[in-house]
Amino acid sequence: MKPQTIPIYTQTEADYSVGNIRALLTEIAARLERLANDGTSASIDLNSLPFAPGEYERLRHALGKGEVSAHIEAIGPSEITETRYPGVWWVTHYNVEGDIVADMLEITTAPEILSSQPDDIRSGLALLHIQLKEEVQQ
Amino acid sequence: MNDHDAPIHEKNSHEFPIHETLGDSLAQQGISRRAFLKFCTAMASLMALPPGTATAIAEALVKAKRPSVIWLSFQECTGCTESLTRSYSPTLENMIFNMISLDYHHTLQAASGYGAEKSREDAMKNFFGKYLLVVDGSIPMNNGGVYSTIAGRTNLDLLHEVAKGAAAIIAVGTCASFGGIPNAKPNPTGAVAVSDIIKDKPIINISGCPPIPAVITGVLAHYLTFGGLPELDDLGRPKSFYGETIHDRCYRRPFYDQGKFAKTFDDEGARNGWCLFELGCKGPVTHNACATTKWNGGTSFPIESGHGCLGCSEPHFWDAGSFYSALSMPASPLKYVAGAAVAGAAAGVAVSIGNRIKKGTAKSAHQKATIEDLEK
Repeated sequence: MKPQTIPIYTQTEADYSVGNIRALLTEIAARLERLANDGTSASIDLNSLPFAPGEYERLRHALGKGEVSAHIEAIGPSEITETRYPGVWWVTHYNVEGDIVADMLEITTAPEILSSQPDDIRSGLALLHIQLKEEVQQ
Repeated sequence: MNDHDAPIHEKNSHEFPIHETLGDSLAQQGISRRAFLKFCTAMASLMALPPGTATAIAEALVKAKRPSVIWLSFQECTGCTESLTRSYSPTLENMIFNMISLDYHHTLQAASGYGAEKSREDAMKNFFGKYLLVVDGSIPMNNGGVYSTIAGRTNLDLLHEVAKGAAAIIAVGTCASFGGIPNAKPNPTGAVAVSDIIKDKPIINISGCPPIPAVITGVLAHYLTFGGLPELDDLGRPKSFYGETIHDRCYRRPFYDQGKFAKTFDDEGARNGWCLFELGCKGPVTHNACATTKWNGGTSFPIESGHGCLGCSEPHFWDAGSFYSALSMPASPLKYVAGAAVAGAAAGVAVSIGNRIKKGTAKSAHQKATIEDLEK
């Protein structure tokens, strides 16, 4: 049985807080200001932060969902969502078993993982040439 | 390809030849560079490196050669291997087939008897000076070390032989790192740590009973990425995982600062999730990553489940008094007082004030407050 399937639900009472969310939102605001001013991108690794029970869910709620969401299938799924604050992206990578392997907030115009990688472009181009050759032969 | 690679390559039954780089083997499997970048993002997170370093890690890892790894299990309970095989990121299969060449591990390998020992001897011969030696379990020294033997040889004998050609030694678990439970009083077998015996090789201690699986894989990933061992603390542990105490990163820390403590496991304070210091939590003197990396795929860690930290990644944690006695003078080796309630009540107020003073000083000097400072 996987831990995620155990029917335990975290308590998210509004009055239970140790102040992490406010601190994190302040950091996000500071980094977003830099992005707006000089285009500097930043990332926050959520796995490294000590969340109290329920705070992770409260952060999700606080940032909400924006206009863009993308799904990647590469050695397990990845979910990329722009929050309701443009420039603040929530990037969650899963492995093939469905466990979270990386969970980040990226403050950028677009997360790098969404871009086509030069090596992949080159190998894709080679495949396209092969296909073109076959088309011509037919 | 160097001279050492050929023989084991021929006999190696792994899907990917041992001399290939990680990048080669990934390309052969049809893993895209985007997928690899994702993998490296996970590795950066694992190694507690800044998130932006994933691209640099990808560049380094793609050129990395898979090192041969010999894993020796001595006086242990197999809990460390159990922990590693439940490592969720990266999966063990990924690690074994893509990152390292695990040439000997007597619990996991298919070979047995002479065949098993031969694969160890081959790896030692072919990669002399280059292989990584991983040890879990302590080494018994009494009566010539007869209390634990493998293939008729004592652990002591085997360790001396295999350590000779190792590039570095990774001591996995508190037993291999500090002697652990076998070393606890009265220590009938004379159990000691790897570092008590081997003095001429770099040794990295990954303590914990068991260690966090992600920390084991993270250290291996660091070795591959940077070609060396990470920065270590004064007990030989990687600072990226053991640099801070459980207490430093505990989500209940604000309650400690406010002097709000649970007095029993079922009182109002316990139900409100207050600090477990007075119930014997060893978080303030225990260096480990449980509070952030957590266990079971990031589900929780002991304090989140309502129980104090036992201090299992520190030397002599088993002999340091009751797990339920509050810390009095937290320094290494751990020391405790019997009267938890008395110590706790005093600590509640005094610590909180002392802590604030020290925090202010440390902040201005950019230094960390030590536990000794906190408890003054």
